[in-house]
Amino acid sequence: MSDARDVGGPAQPLLIARDLAKHFQVRGGGRSAHVRAVDGVSFTLFKGETLGIVGESGCGKSTLARLLLHLVQRDAGELIFDGEPVGAPHGITVAGLRRHVQMVFQDSYSSLNPRMPVQDSVAFGPFVHGRSKPDARRVARDMLVKVGLNPDLFGPRYPHELSGGQKQRVNIARALAIEPRMVILDEAVSALDKSVEAQVLNLLRALKQQFNLTYLFISHDLNVVRYVSDRVLVMYLGRVVELGPSEAIFTRPQHPYTRALLGSRPSMDPRHRIEEPPITGDPPSPIDPPSGCRFHTRCPFAEAVCAERAPELGEWRERASHVAACHMLEPGSGHSRTVQ
Amino acid sequence: MSQTATLPIAGLNDDAPPALRVRGYWANVGHRLRHDPVTLCFAAVVLLIVLMAIFAPLLAPFDPYKESVVLRLKPFGYRGHTLGTDELGRDLLSRLIYGARSSLLMGLVPVCIATALGGTLGVIGGFAGRRVNAIIMRTMDVFYAFPSVLLAVAISGAMGGGMANGMAALALVFIPAMCRVAETATAQVRSLDFIEAARATGAGRLAIVRYHVLGNVLGPVFIYASSLVSVSILLASGLSFLGLGVKPPTPDWGLMLSTLRQSIYIVPLSCALPGAAIFVTSICFNLVSDGIRSAMDVRL
Repeated sequence: MSDARDVGGPAQPLLIARDLAKHFQVRGGGRSAHVRAVDGVSFTLFKGETLGIVGESGCGKSTLARLLLHLVQRDAGELIFDGEPVGAPHGITVAGLRRHVQMVFQDSYSSLNPRMPVQDSVAFGPFVHGRSKPDARRVARDMLVKVGLNPDLFGPRYPHELSGGQKQRVNIARALAIEPRMVILDEAVSALDKSVEAQVLNLLRALKQQFNLTYLFISHDLNVVRYVSDRVLVMYLGRVVELGPSEAIFTRPQHPYTRALLGSRPSMDPRHRIEEPPITGDPPSPIDPPSGCRFHTRCPFAEAVCAERAPELGEWRERASHVAACHMLEPGSGHSRTVQ
Repeated sequence: MSQTATLPIAGLNDDAPPALRVRGYWANVGHRLRHDPVTLCFAAVVLLIVLMAIFAPLLAPFDPYKESVVLRLKPFGYRGHTLGTDELGRDLLSRLIYGARSSLLMGLVPVCIATALGGTLGVIGGFAGRRVNAIIMRTMDVFYAFPSVLLAVAISGAMGGGMANGMAALALVFIPAMCRVAETATAQVRSLDFIEAARATGAGRLAIVRYHVLGNVLGPVFIYASSLVSVSILLASGLSFLGLGVKPPTPDWGLMLSTLRQSIYIVPLSCALPGAAIFVTSICFNLVSDGIRSAMDVRL
């Protein structure tokens, strides 16, 4: 499908993030400290793919999503949307970026204005982008149909009159109403129960084809990520620890953290119960992250080198590359288990 | 782009009842108010009081300023004076009717001023956050250090008596409270995801405030304002009572209450009349504000 909005051509990645960082200042005990919510994250998002982002709570997934939309200001790093740097003098403006990238939030209730009929919530985007009110409302009604809601029946209702799944459909309609090219799904299905979750996932898949979308799918649910994603990025304490094609990550995880995450999934077979917790303790505080490899405090293979030096995230070359930031994968790193 | 609709759930849209009428939020509030008999009833009383104030010259049987030494403190029904006369022989009914003018003005004007100024400041503070918010709210906190009645008395005492000064004093007393209500409501709304979603849509600050913040903030602000009207009438009566608001011989309920109290053993019923007028007016405003509150809560 050819798209007039496609400036850079099919080979140009839709979004390139380079060394994104966000440090929040926190005050406590009289001295100020910084939460390193996102600390040097780089990745490339290709047109038409779904990139899954997984990690524990507090690893910076949601902050990363907000950084990509400039909802929080980045402290360092660079964003390139379809070949154009965001916010740079000759690049695309933040407003321009927001025309192309939209977001669906986890909390389907608080992401809709409680005092607005839902079709007006959907119509708000087209309206602020210059359409007349009746025109915007028509777009909204079309969008509601596309997400599987009868606009006559659901359009005039208020958010509290809809179920969680219906509200999330409205949120999806709202995100798609201004015809974005990319949608960030920040735990968009996590709050739904399983049967509704499956319906919404199928809807998202259908809409992706219909509107030629690119998804950034953030979730802590590994099964869901595997189901929807072409590639997966694993985050730990604000950093990327592993990045690769979905199948490779799930069948041949390289980083000990990824392996632990996959091991922590409850078994579907009662005869193969998980006997011991594969990962222990809480993640360390991002205020004062561990030195070297941030996972070394919980890693079963940690050695002296892990606390001294942060491992590099391998060399990422192309779409199919599978890289991980671990000394055991780095020849000559000094780790005893380094692969030869 | 293909126009085929994706309806992934079979049966979701089947046997749909007739379409709901599309109403905006405010149209919906109006619709709910029109179907609330209690509120309509009290709103009618408020309207009657307002009409009475406006058409006072046509309604009053006597000149409210005309004194008579012979007719002092006469009981109900004495020589055509339906509600009797006051300590200077003036017709009480006429004075009550005229008194609605100053009482309503003292009730509504300060609240309107305070809602406009305090509400705006509060929304700005709540939405801007951080430093702007701190400057506005800490300034308001200074006013909170004084009890409201004392503050009103002090301000109007310093500025001198008179109706205009009384209104200004009351407005100043109400602004901090109004500002606090607006700020709290705005700050609560601001942190919700739908504001962030609106920002992500590319909407500017003004559009977000206008379409997403105000609808959620005006409710509490408006309700608070309508409950302040009765407080304002009472405080104004208090000011007149102390000789700081309306000056005699202007008919005013608070003032009448103050001057008639000396005659309480001679004509006890007459003394209660201005108080009853204040009571009826303020309770009607309170009940109307209650009705508006429930009409605005779309969740009920």
